[in-house]
Amino acid sequence: MATTYYTEEHEWLEVDGDTATLGITKHAAEQLGEVVFVELKEVGDTFDKDDEIGVVESVKAASELYAPVSGEILEANEALVDSPDQVNEDPEGNSWFYKISIADASELDGLMSEAEYKALIE
Amino acid sequence: MTDSRKTPLYDLHIALGAKMVDFAGWSMPVNYPAGLMAEHAQCREKAALFDVSHMGQVELRGSDVAAKFETLVPAAVTTLGEGKARYTFFTNADGGILDDLIVTNAGDHLFVVVNASMRDQDLAILRGLDIEVRELDRALIAIQGPAADEVLAQHVPIVTNLTFMQSMEAELLGADVRISRLGYTGEDGFEISLPTNRAVEITEALLQHDDLEPAGLGARDSLRLEAGLCLYGNDIDPTTSPIEAQLGWAIQKRRREEGGFPGADRILRELADGPTRKLVGIRPDGRAPARRDVEIAKDGAIIGTITSGGFGPTVEGPVSMGYVRADLATPGTTLDLMIRGKAQPATVIDLPFVPHNYKR
Repeated sequence: MATTYYTEEHEWLEVDGDTATLGITKHAAEQLGEVVFVELKEVGDTFDKDDEIGVVESVKAASELYAPVSGEILEANEALVDSPDQVNEDPEGNSWFYKISIADASELDGLMSEAEYKALIE
Repeated sequence: MTDSRKTPLYDLHIALGAKMVDFAGWSMPVNYPAGLMAEHAQCREKAALFDVSHMGQVELRGSDVAAKFETLVPAAVTTLGEGKARYTFFTNADGGILDDLIVTNAGDHLFVVVNASMRDQDLAILRGLDIEVRELDRALIAIQGPAADEVLAQHVPIVTNLTFMQSMEAELLGADVRISRLGYTGEDGFEISLPTNRAVEITEALLQHDDLEPAGLGARDSLRLEAGLCLYGNDIDPTTSPIEAQLGWAIQKRRREEGGFPGADRILRELADGPTRKLVGIRPDGRAPARRDVEIAKDGAIIGTITSGGFGPTVEGPVSMGYVRADLATPGTTLDLMIRGKAQPATVIDLPFVPHNYKR
């Protein structure tokens, strides 16, 4: 049973056991505007919580992707690099950025539930 | 945001679903629901309408007003024909640029349009002259794109006779307006100065045309960047000279010979000997946009800075402008852009990125 967490950096993390899928929220995609550039880390790269793990640039601004927890990149969605506009199409579905392994599940405790995130952006 | 000024079209922007941002103290639409890319394409392919009422509109009157105005700018104004507009800039004693502007010979007066952010400074500069300075409380809209002529001619057929940088008074839906064939997108088009109390009604009537859609400041910036047009505060400012900014074309022969404008010593010297740095177009070889303040390197040494940059929707890739050492300004020169600490290769190109489409 997967649980989805949210961050103040407007990312979502769908956790299934000790792995997770990571992306930016629909709200983040709307605020950014049309995405024109995506830069991703490589499979096998490890990172600590709050590390910068990617770049998302829209027609309006550049923004960074931050690691919500510590872990390792298991898979990177290279399709976004080739077609950055996909980010706007389905940010909370097919346009995920990474599949990661989670090094320390206790770091999930600091993340938000969907209800808490909705309250944040309203 | 709460004390941002509102243009006469503010309520219309909201009704059209615009996302509003603060710009130079004004609440302005950055984009409408269509989005920047679609608004940009609309302007290149058909026609887009921009609210530019935040810009300062000023009338100058008095004896020898053109000659007096020439003491502030390096353009020839006394010889500017009636109904003609010209791009120029206020310069400082060091030869830097205080603001860029359009001046029009409106017959019995000069009509000047200045940047919103520099309005107060510019009015103070103008009031230093022995002339009458009157700031107009009028709206200003721009209709830009290949279909602009058709859109406006539907209401004012005579505009078809105007060519680039010509201006006339006309009647638009019963309102007295000034129509100038110019703009800030690289496309054919018009700027229309119109009475505040008719602005919404006239704009709505114009937008009835199938080929015209509203566009925000976001598209205005990507359009002007692809057209290689300078943005005051980014590409030009009090530390950059017109010659460094490659604006020497805007200094007519008589003014080059006679001088008589602030900073003429430096500007005329740079015209003769060349500047030490030049504003150039820069095309990143990769896909990462290089934005303002990105450093430009050559063989490991920093030789310049990006002043404007982003994604060019028509170019379908990143585009930038920036200052580089003069010996590295030749089109084809390869450079490195220091983006997030990594050197990204780029090439100097001849501006504009997208050819101008003016009606000459």
